[in-house]
Amino acid sequence: MPKPAIAVPLERTDARSEPRWVRGLLIGFTILFLTVFIVLPLVIVFAEAFARGTYAYLAALADPEAQSAIKLTLIVAVISVGLNLVFGLIAAWAIAKFEFPGKTLLISLVDLPFSVSPVISGLVFVLLFGAQGFLGPWLQDNNIQLLFALPGIALATTFVTFPFVSRALIPLMQEQGTAEEEAALSLGASGLQTFFRVTLPNIKWGLLYGVLLCNARAMGEFGAVSVVSGHIRGETNTMPLLVEILYNEYQFVSAFAIASLLALLALVTLVAKTVLERHLDEGQRPSEH
Amino acid sequence: MKGGSGRRRTLPGFGLTMGLTLTWLSIIILLPLAGLFLKSFELSLAQFVDIVTSRRTLNALKISFGLAFLAALVNLVMGGIIVWALVRYRFPGRRIFDAIVDVPFALPTAVAGIALTTLFAQNGWLGAPLAELGIKVSFTPLGIFVAMVFIGIPFVVRTVQPVLIDLDPEIEEAAASLGANRWQTVSRVILPSLLPALLTGFALAFARAVGEYGSVIFIAGNLPNVSEIAPLLIVIRLSEFRYADATAIAVVMLLVAFLVIFAVNRMQRWAQLRVPAH
Repeated sequence: MPKPAIAVPLERTDARSEPRWVRGLLIGFTILFLTVFIVLPLVIVFAEAFARGTYAYLAALADPEAQSAIKLTLIVAVISVGLNLVFGLIAAWAIAKFEFPGKTLLISLVDLPFSVSPVISGLVFVLLFGAQGFLGPWLQDNNIQLLFALPGIALATTFVTFPFVSRALIPLMQEQGTAEEEAALSLGASGLQTFFRVTLPNIKWGLLYGVLLCNARAMGEFGAVSVVSGHIRGETNTMPLLVEILYNEYQFVSAFAIASLLALLALVTLVAKTVLERHLDEGQRPSEH
Repeated sequence: MKGGSGRRRTLPGFGLTMGLTLTWLSIIILLPLAGLFLKSFELSLAQFVDIVTSRRTLNALKISFGLAFLAALVNLVMGGIIVWALVRYRFPGRRIFDAIVDVPFALPTAVAGIALTTLFAQNGWLGAPLAELGIKVSFTPLGIFVAMVFIGIPFVVRTVQPVLIDLDPEIEEAAASLGANRWQTVSRVILPSLLPALLTGFALAFARAVGEYGSVIFIAGNLPNVSEIAPLLIVIRLSEFRYADATAIAVVMLLVAFLVIFAVNRMQRWAQLRVPAH
């Protein structure tokens, strides 16, 4: 027989790998942990939503209260994502394209909402606009209702989602530098032309990335919105707030039906995020290493 | 002084965009936060201390900070294992597991809250077998811990992942060729280079868990002094119109959050110093 009789060792002797049993153990831990803490919670949302069949599921979503919550959630998301999109772009331009003292501090301030408890993010607006708040009496005299109404909800959501867009853009724009913009300007383009024809096409994937994450958080925000909403049924309940109310009333199918829409939004966001990250990676690193 | 010839060309719009950024930042973030601190100054120091050291507040703070610390520790260890397996090994479903690590970021907290509660309830898929072992999760402090572990999963994984991917393979090979066994290489060469990222992830997970509300309140049981977290106590005080109490608790939590940001920034600088740019 020409074949050598020596068994090829299965264990790789590479200096950079662990013994087979260690590898197996670590992979096992990873799969078990992520299954228990992430896969099962996701599965149970849909299992509970469809526990009494498709008809009950659809009926729960068609309920007027659910409809009004979905509508409010969409309106709030459009407002706060829109605001953060515009100002995120502006902030990213100022921070990424220029050098100035205090830059690190400014970035930390922009990131601040990530470190603030959602409940506190709501509380600060109650302290500003509430009946006992700084601006409360003035608002009351002028008959302006901010708290327990759409403006308060949109404001708290904008606070919570403030960093997403600029945070996605700043590293990207810093890496791209200013050479292309300078070239456009020296060829006679105006500042706005340069922005829309040079900068924006360069950052479009990063921008989409930031907007997607911003939107997911805006639609799903619970703590901050819960504090400023007032929970007026059919009026100031967003989808996450309605989930809470229905759940506490033991209407589990309805609660999980609405929760399933939010879970679906999260899953779609993650898929899009994964695809975009591959896009961004390719743009940044021409060669795989 | 227009058009100094030696000046480097810069892009237009700095004044305008910086002005708008600072204005918007002030209106949305800084003024509201300043309002919180201003409100707390309406209290005398004695009143402030009284509120913060009252039994219920102190217990809520202990529960939030204590359990968040433990949960972040679990995230540190499990996050380290997960990121190692995801980066270094190939196994079926790896890419999917990699992608779903971000679920706690993307899933609305209220959804996570009711899902975990149902899962770990005494008749739930995991709660039932655990109940037979005599372990109750939902509606106990253990439930708070479980929710905090869930919410903290992505932080360690995502902060360590890029560092581990970029880690120079040569240093491991050098260690091995100098006679280090695998365990020595991992613990003395790899772990120290990952340490800043690991600690940053730990700090971020801790900060998130301390302030977490939505995913915790459903599973917590919310018994004062036993399973009542600080953010919930803020909400309760607000609903009782005891704004001063709510403010005092919030100020304590915010100060700790600022400390964590400060620590993270320092760690990031430390990491940059330790790993020279290549």
